[in-house]
Amino acid sequence: MRVDVQSAPFDLGFELAAFTAGVRGAGAVVSFTGLVRDEAGTLSGMEIEHYPGMTEKAIRGIAEEAARRWALADVLVIHRHGRLAPGEAIMMVATAAPHRGDAFAAAEYLMDYLKSRAPFWKKELGAGGEAWVAAKDSDEDALKRW
Amino acid sequence: MIDVLYFAWVRERIGLPRERIETGAATVADLVEELRAREERYAAAFADLSSLRVALDQELSSFDAPLAGVREVAFFPPMTGG
Repeated sequence: MRVDVQSAPFDLGFELAAFTAGVRGAGAVVSFTGLVRDEAGTLSGMEIEHYPGMTEKAIRGIAEEAARRWALADVLVIHRHGRLAPGEAIMMVATAAPHRGDAFAAAEYLMDYLKSRAPFWKKELGAGGEAWVAAKDSDEDALKRW
Repeated sequence: MIDVLYFAWVRERIGLPRERIETGAATVADLVEELRAREERYAAAFADLSSLRVALDQELSSFDAPLAGVREVAFFPPMTGG
């Protein structure tokens, strides 16, 4: 299991290839990448704040719970903070499992929990000023299915 | 002494990211009452607790949780990761 919280960009292709090459006994790797939307050209970027210390612990706790629920060979989470431009990758998760069902389910679980249980706060930066992104009720509802 | 941390718009409303506070508050809610009584910017930040979350020593907690033995309290809006 690897959890990286960083301001630097990451190379999606390299990370996924290295993760895939490092897993043993897996028949499936699923990955998800979250990008900064440009909202039809109205956004100039995004500022992501986090809680150093708690962030890493919270993500690790979520990944450990995923590993208890599904047969996983490995988990990778990379999440950025700081200022990002539209189109840049904010984060990625990758899961490896003997079979794809577990890898898909665990990746979705990780995403649902990272959304509302990992201490990150997004602020959208645009021509009209800046605004904190509000959490959605649907993000909280998404946790109920697990 | 307890370290109190603020994130996102809570930090912006209060105007600082963290401070050390001498408090006899028994619970998080008591601490919030103490802070609200300090100055308008605190009252504004803590106006609606339903829009706030709290972590004690970097674990999500609740406003009725006791503060005994806690070193670090953090207040922030609902998280928007992923």
